Amino acid sequence: MSHSSKHIVLVGNPNSGKTTLFNALTGMNQKISNLPGTTIEKKAGHFKYKELVFEITDLPGTYSIHPKGQDEIISIEYLLRTGDHPIDLIVFVADAGNLSRNLLLYTQVADLGYPVVLALNMTDLARKKGIETDIEKLSAELGVIVCPINARSEEGIGPLKDALIKVENPFQTTFFEQENKSSEIFVNYRNYLDEHLSAVKSGDTENIEKNSKVIADETIARYKKIDAIIHKVVNKDKYPKKILTEKIDKILLHPVYGFIAFYATLFIIFQFIFKLADYPMQWIEAVFAFCSETVKTLMPENAFSSLLADGIIPGIGGVIVFLPQIIILFALIAILEDSGYMTRVSFITDRLMRKFGLNGKSVVPLIGGMACAIPSIMATRNIENRKDRLITILVTPLMSCSARLPVYTLLVSLMIVNDHSRWVDARGLILLGLYLMGFVAALVFAFIFKLVLKQKQKSYFVLELPDYRKPRLKNIFLTVKEKASDFVFNAGKIIVIVSIILWFLASYAPGNSFETIDNKYSTYTGADKSLLIQSEKLESSYAGRLGKVIEPVIRPLGYDWKIGIALITSFAAREVFVGTIATIYSVGDSEDEETLTAVLSRQKRAGTNEDLYALPTIVSLLIFYAFAMQCFSTLAITYRETGSIKWPVVQFLYMSGFAYLMSLLAFTILS
Amino acid sequence: MNASELKKGESAKITLVEYSDLQNKLIEMGCFEGNAIKLLHVAPLGDPIAFDINGYILGLRKEEAKLIHVSLN
Repeated sequence: MSHSSKHIVLVGNPNSGKTTLFNALTGMNQKISNLPGTTIEKKAGHFKYKELVFEITDLPGTYSIHPKGQDEIISIEYLLRTGDHPIDLIVFVADAGNLSRNLLLYTQVADLGYPVVLALNMTDLARKKGIETDIEKLSAELGVIVCPINARSEEGIGPLKDALIKVENPFQTTFFEQENKSSEIFVNYRNYLDEHLSAVKSGDTENIEKNSKVIADETIARYKKIDAIIHKVVNKDKYPKKILTEKIDKILLHPVYGFIAFYATLFIIFQFIFKLADYPMQWIEAVFAFCSETVKTLMPENAFSSLLADGIIPGIGGVIVFLPQIIILFALIAILEDSGYMTRVSFITDRLMRKFGLNGKSVVPLIGGMACAIPSIMATRNIENRKDRLITILVTPLMSCSARLPVYTLLVSLMIVNDHSRWVDARGLILLGLYLMGFVAALVFAFIFKLVLKQKQKSYFVLELPDYRKPRLKNIFLTVKEKASDFVFNAGKIIVIVSIILWFLASYAPGNSFETIDNKYSTYTGADKSLLIQSEKLESSYAGRLGKVIEPVIRPLGYDWKIGIALITSFAAREVFVGTIATIYSVGDSEDEETLTAVLSRQKRAGTNEDLYALPTIVSLLIFYAFAMQCFSTLAITYRETGSIKWPVVQFLYMSGFAYLMSLLAFTILS
Repeated sequence: MNASELKKGESAKITLVEYSDLQNKLIEMGCFEGNAIKLLHVAPLGDPIAFDINGYILGLRKEEAKLIHVSLN
């Protein structure tokens, strides 16, 4: 490693403020990337300080060097098998209010022989709890540089950076190794840990059990030594004041108020998504309609301007318009996570979730699933039990994600015209109903999987409830930025490609079909001439033919071939439905500035005078989009996280099969 | 007596953590012989329950709390 650049790894317990420190150090200079040679993501960033470049990797929080869940496996594997990106220095982040448990992992990491700087975080909060740590003494006892910091208020960051430069030659001593040289495991601590890691990864219960007694003894011995040190360096009030967290928990974990608070939170989320996002959405819609119109008036009429005005612009617009809702949803979830309330939600729902083969820890992925199934499936890594985790992965995509939101919004607004005068938005209520429907389906299928799948390991729930904290704007901003840009750019890429393909399919036809139509109408003089030509042309285009091929399959659900086209393209990403519909109906429609809703409500079922987008079709479509597996990215992530092709296949079949049956049922009953 | 039998607000000392798949996890979270434990909260549905262990809050299912043997001070 060159002298001008240092690779630093942040290690610490969950809830130690590691990510807040990471954000404080790197600011906007961070990105998510894959670990070399794997598909596992890591968070990395960099900053410059006094001519030195520091590259920082933020590892998932872990309680011990003996991993239990997937998150811990990732962190420990990174520490043990560094490969081609060696670690120069570890910054260990410890919560000053909870030093004993935090130091357990510190001593284990120090024994790996890495240079370490100990960042003692949340010293202000610890003081409020009546806990005072003597920094110099702690440093002397552990033989490591200790920097007191408050990552949230960014206090102590300067001195910490200075320390990072200083630790050229580490002076800290290993914690346990020396005095236990004779013991079997410390002859080669790394090898022993590596073997244990492999056993955990492969689910080798025999070896895990064999190690378990050694680990228990070692852990207790470490704790004894840590507690002796803490006794010397930490001054604790005999009668600590009741801290705020306990008072808040009295309400939020209360049998009655607790559930009221939980449902109120959900209610607020849904109202926010609709009410707050309404205005920016209208503006965005107007801007894109204006762009299409401008292209048409300014550019000569040719294939390119048509592609731009009828394909690309409406396609992108159909996605960007939902960005306000996605940002609000991600921001609210980030606030719940950052404040510490999300773990309480796990705590109060565990009993219920357990009945369905899930776990209180499944709730965070399920709620996150309302934003996007992809990060949520990754968030299941902290569920230690394999079966609980697998079931959570399988059912999370049933939660209505933000990609369905555009589809829901469009269809719901065809059902109900918004009335701004009312305090409660009726569309918000229908939306809440759709989300609940997804949630109930997730529970039902979780229960089925619980009965079907074999259980090897016992399910358990061991969860730290961190102190409540005021959510940090910076943390929330960075989370939202990361997720929203991921959504726009990853989804956006697909959408632009799909828009172009669609435009082509809808604008061209095999052979000379278009000419035949032109000739057929050459002598026709009715006022509806151009409309008739356009509609016949779309029908004979490639897109129309493709839609017709699948029409027999989807007709029982109330869909025609135009919706069929949208269903096909939705398999790239659900929100493409809106872009597709926009493209299909604006191709061959001269009034582009009209909003989509108005165009759709005019559509008739072929050969009849019956509204196509009437209640039975809309409900059937809503149900189909709520349940069907239409996201290749999710299937890919399920494959990656389960390591088997079997589970994405199962996921695709059960979801889509169920969607078809339920839509069929709904359409049949309603019409 | 075990930790699931504690009353809300009651403190005790841990005397033993039963051998199980969970033993190591509990020890790592600070539940081991000699440490103090206090029942803080009971979830609205009666389970799980949350303890104060060394100044932080740990949520456990009742079934898991049964593995932790305690004696009242």
